[in-house]
Amino acid sequence: MQLYDMPDARGHFGQYGGTFVAETLVEALEELRVMYEKYRHDPVFLAEYAYDLKHFVGRPSPIYHAKRLSDKVGGAQIYLKREDLNHTGAHKINNTIGQALLAKRMGKPRVIAETGAGQHGVATATIAARLGLECVVYMGSEDVKRQAPNVFRMKLLGATVVPVESGSKTLKDALNEAMRDWVTNVHNTFYIIGTVAGPHPYPMMVRDFQAIIGIEAKQQMMEMVGHQPEAVVACVGGGSNAMGIFYPYIDVPNVRLIGVEAAGLGMETGKHAAPLTANSAVGVLHGNRTYLMQDADGNIIETHSISAGLDYPGVGPEHAWLKDIKRAEYVAVTDDEAMAAFHNLCRTEGIIPALESSHALAYAEKLAKTMSSDKVILVNLSGRGDKDINTVAKLANITL
Amino acid sequence: MSRIKTVFATLKQQGKTALIPYITAGDPHPKFTVSLMHTLVEHGADMIELGVPFSDPMADGPVIQRASERALQHKVGLTAVLDMVKTFRQTDQATPIILMGYANPIEAVGVVAFADKAKAADVDGVITVDYPPEECGSFVKELRARDIDPVFLLSPTTDAKRVELIVNQASGFVYYVSLKGVTGAANLDIVEVAGRVASIREQTNLPVGVGFGIRDAATAKATAAIADAVVVGSRMVQAIEASTEDNLLRNVANLMTELKTAVDAA
Repeated sequence: MQLYDMPDARGHFGQYGGTFVAETLVEALEELRVMYEKYRHDPVFLAEYAYDLKHFVGRPSPIYHAKRLSDKVGGAQIYLKREDLNHTGAHKINNTIGQALLAKRMGKPRVIAETGAGQHGVATATIAARLGLECVVYMGSEDVKRQAPNVFRMKLLGATVVPVESGSKTLKDALNEAMRDWVTNVHNTFYIIGTVAGPHPYPMMVRDFQAIIGIEAKQQMMEMVGHQPEAVVACVGGGSNAMGIFYPYIDVPNVRLIGVEAAGLGMETGKHAAPLTANSAVGVLHGNRTYLMQDADGNIIETHSISAGLDYPGVGPEHAWLKDIKRAEYVAVTDDEAMAAFHNLCRTEGIIPALESSHALAYAEKLAKTMSSDKVILVNLSGRGDKDINTVAKLANITL
Repeated sequence: MSRIKTVFATLKQQGKTALIPYITAGDPHPKFTVSLMHTLVEHGADMIELGVPFSDPMADGPVIQRASERALQHKVGLTAVLDMVKTFRQTDQATPIILMGYANPIEAVGVVAFADKAKAADVDGVITVDYPPEECGSFVKELRARDIDPVFLLSPTTDAKRVELIVNQASGFVYYVSLKGVTGAANLDIVEVAGRVASIREQTNLPVGVGFGIRDAATAKATAAIADAVVVGSRMVQAIEASTEDNLLRNVANLMTELKTAVDAA
């Protein structure tokens, strides 16, 4: 069997990925690449990481058989990988702990992060507080409004939240601003990127830190149902939770890997955040080459999604690669479909999912209906929905 | 000989340093760009760095970000910028034009198609901020096949090994970014810059331009004393931003005169 071995030494996944950055950042990325190579297999580093995952995050996260949901939908059995039960309420903490431990070893007293929904910002602020690091989080001013509870959480944890007013005032602009900070303060600052995008080694490193999701799931599925699922479904914005659960499954035959993007108001309206599903042109943004939502001049166009965490015009380069080699499939569900799945899970299972994860749930419901009841779908429930209650209430015309 | 080479050779004979102003094409409005370019030349620009607007200018500070946003409000993309260069060339065949921008607008056109179009518009050099030498081999090849100079940035964190890698791909000149950070950031340390420029010269015969942090006559003069070219970007864009339609060309002319006098006095 040919084992999957990506990326290459310079961070390329076929034509995707790479290191497309200004010269000022090259040395910092090289330093990071060398340090990550040094520690990624270091037993002491890995033991420290594992300790924090167990005692600080609460891993392993359980797998839960959503039986009432499965019965209601009819068809395949839906299982949930409960990343929503992690400390801070999402999968993001798996990665921030890994990078923050690396920052410590590199002697960087200050960490910065970009955030969309705020989950990565909260996860960064959390580990920064735990390790005594200064923390600055960049967040588009639109997202600051949409995700007020997470902004407050970050502040409680001692982080400085900087609203970004440039461009579309969302995740991509927060990323631009974090890059600018890093260029300026590279001597004392570690940039904790929250998704499997950015210049090499970030897509690989974030994937590796998130791979714990899939590693656990493979073992748990054997224990619970005695075989691997027919399909693994995860939402894709930048794509870190999807990459985390997909990666250990890439070499497992007969497991479909399905990434669910945000179709926003509908693919046909153009108001979405689904570059893979839309087959957008390939281009260069935020340090890597990937599928990008852009106009004819190569300017990035505004995306739309009800979920701030999926509101990103690009996608991690490894997803671009998995699409091209047809190892993973990419689909999109609309705001409305995601909302329906959100309510469905609340009412049938007593779990309030994040709006991001609700996209994966919505597609899993569609897929389950086409499969028999002895088949299994594993959904990565990447985060909990407490942060989204304002958005949901507003849609229902309810004032909290 | 390329226009860039010719200009540097002439200035060297005269014992002078090149003054290279930067403006973003389409800022404040596309109708002014060609007149602004001519004004820059009339008041001492030896070459012009013409910024290609981009939606996500990651290496730029707030001043040039705003210039990009103003230009994009008028939908000025790469194709429109090349048209502006063509118009400029109708009356100026001597002044080198160096495009400065990001990789994605070029990739959207396609590397080969872009090189063809840049040649057709009579562009002399291209700086692509997020194309480090490792990622742009074919791009450099296409440019050089058409006698367009790929100009590369060197930063305070670029070590000798990378300088070697970069100067082997670059032509025209190399551009030393005199401080860490984005365009328009804090003040530069001229002694440190002088040391770096001297060590770059040990590795290449290409002229060395210096930019980032040059904001007035004094810093322009100090930089001119140690470099082959002085690049002024954010300060120039600030002058444009602070102007009205009526005094735009006059304000830019005044700033250029001040900078030119300083550079020539070095």
